[in-house]
Amino acid sequence: MKIHEFQGKALLKKYKVPIQDGFVINCIEDAEATIKKVQDTFNTEAVVVKAQIHAGGRGKGGGVKYSPNFESAMENSKNILGMNLVTHQTGPTGQLVRKVYITEALDIKHEYYCALTLDRARGDHVFMVSTEGGMDIETVAAETPEKISKVWIDPLIGMKSFQARNLAYGLELEGAALKTAIKVFMNMYNCYHETDASMVEINPLVLTEDDKIVALDAKFNFDDNSLYRQKEISDMQDLHEEDATEVEAGKYNLNYIKLDGNVGCMVNGAGLAMATMDIIKLSGGEPANFLDVGGTANADTVKNGFKIILQDQNVKAVLINIFGGIVRCDRVATGVIQAVKELKLSVPVVVRLEGTNAIEAKKLLEDSGVSIIPAVSMKDAAEKVVKAAIG
Amino acid sequence: MSILVNKNSRVIVQGITGSEGSFHATQMLEYGTNIVAGVTPGKGGLSALDGAIPVYNSVEEAKEATDANVSIIFVPPAFAAEAIIEASFAGIEFIVCITEGIPVQDMVEVKKIIDLNGTRLLGPNCPGVITVDECKLGIMPGFITKKGSVGVVSKSGTLTYEAIDQLVKAGLGQTTAIGIGGDPIIGTDMKTILQLFENDPETDAVVLIGEIGGQMEIEAARWVKDNMSKPVVGFIAGQTAPPGRRMGHAGAIVSGGDDTAEAKMRILKECGISVCESVAEIGAKTKLALNNK
Repeated sequence: MKIHEFQGKALLKKYKVPIQDGFVINCIEDAEATIKKVQDTFNTEAVVVKAQIHAGGRGKGGGVKYSPNFESAMENSKNILGMNLVTHQTGPTGQLVRKVYITEALDIKHEYYCALTLDRARGDHVFMVSTEGGMDIETVAAETPEKISKVWIDPLIGMKSFQARNLAYGLELEGAALKTAIKVFMNMYNCYHETDASMVEINPLVLTEDDKIVALDAKFNFDDNSLYRQKEISDMQDLHEEDATEVEAGKYNLNYIKLDGNVGCMVNGAGLAMATMDIIKLSGGEPANFLDVGGTANADTVKNGFKIILQDQNVKAVLINIFGGIVRCDRVATGVIQAVKELKLSVPVVVRLEGTNAIEAKKLLEDSGVSIIPAVSMKDAAEKVVKAAIG
Repeated sequence: MSILVNKNSRVIVQGITGSEGSFHATQMLEYGTNIVAGVTPGKGGLSALDGAIPVYNSVEEAKEATDANVSIIFVPPAFAAEAIIEASFAGIEFIVCITEGIPVQDMVEVKKIIDLNGTRLLGPNCPGVITVDECKLGIMPGFITKKGSVGVVSKSGTLTYEAIDQLVKAGLGQTTAIGIGGDPIIGTDMKTILQLFENDPETDAVVLIGEIGGQMEIEAARWVKDNMSKPVVGFIAGQTAPPGRRMGHAGAIVSGGDDTAEAKMRILKECGISVCESVAEIGAKTKLALNNK
């Protein structure tokens, strides 16, 4: 799960990481009072107006504007709130800006990068910092890897202050800034650990002209498995930032991701679902979605699956591919027949059922009278559904 | 022979009185798995599976009473990490954890602890393991398997069943089939399973099924290139998966860029693995690999 910059900064502030602070508006009527409040509270004439969407690249897309005075702040707020912000991460359709964060403006001496995440291969947390802040860190890693310092943190030991010191030395900091940075890194780790984050990224972390260390941005990802014990975090979820159909699928316990093709598919198990998408493509079609119905494929899951898939107007045919292990294929077949009848489906449906009671299931489908195209193997099923989608 | 488990494995079921635990323990027992005890804190002294299996309050107690050496865990995600640690400290040699949804930070700690204790863990979030006609641990359907000489290792559940089904239809049986699980942190990786298969005299070939994300398939492939004498057939799911749905910036740096299906398939081929472009080729390619041996 992701959160907005202002929410991430609120978390950092709670963990005593200095932030570029501000207030959020949801409607333009609040802009005037909020800009004045930011100017008063932080004793600044200039402010920064920042679009709050989950995707990165907001600045380049025109969603972050330095505003030297009140009038320009008003102007920028009007332009950004409600705009459709297109960045390299939103895709060409962009994302509607529903919230704008108005913050203090700071005089910056240097920008740094810092991030904490899990190193899957080592099973340790890794803390990375770089003197090249504000840049795309992947470029820095590829071109000037010597400018990135890393420490690995054993989860059984936690972060120790020598590790934070090594990171701060890696940034060539001195004096008060060095001391602050060490505290900031320790606090960042505590925040990452205690909130079950899977990633915390501050890019940039800045050294101001008056030698203060401040987080100018905050990006958090959280481990979805931990949300049951992180109520404060899960309450921050902004459903506007998620795909509406994917959210609805989640309510049915279905794992759905929309794609651009026209062949819908419904499969039990994530690996088999991906393999089904792949074989549709290999057979000359384009998958319209990923949909894993999980371990209990029954009449309700099949019905809900159809509802989700068919919200996508591009879908011209649907492939159901179930390998019945614990799931009995005859029950799945009954569910498919029921769903096809109740939903009065107009698109062709190809069904491939294998595993427990597959033979009984085939007979049920054949005897049902509903127009279902039975298939015997994944290859057969993929070829049939691609043909059906062409019509 | 075979790997990880066999008919001599003495199995404890942690969470045996829960609905998942009792359902699957029944199926495992029917398959012939030697289940010697169940563990549910607070239900010690009772019995489970219609009186067939004694229940203990702790793994330590169950191990002492039954000399068990293997444990399988069907415990809800909030308690599963502790269940693994409990089994590890009780001296269980091999633990299988089926539970899906364990917090990653819990698993990171668990992994360090089991490594220190020298415990082998399969999973979590995995379908388990079957040594054909000897021992079934987990949720895989036993009836689809057939005794033979092919080892199967996979990240996925139903895709493993698909592979087994294709093997059987191609006239090939299996020694042991293993689902290692798809979580970011898991107990036993593909390379380790391949090492075990290489050393198992009953296994003549291995089917390796991977997917996008992480570096595990690549590490396994490099090991195959340098060490494996038996043919390996590979498939990677997710050629059409949209990029960027999982990886944050920082994560992408740590894991490098070779985690797409294309990159993995290329590296597998370079390492001498017979790679299936389509999932439908697994059975036929394995047969070919065994014939060419």
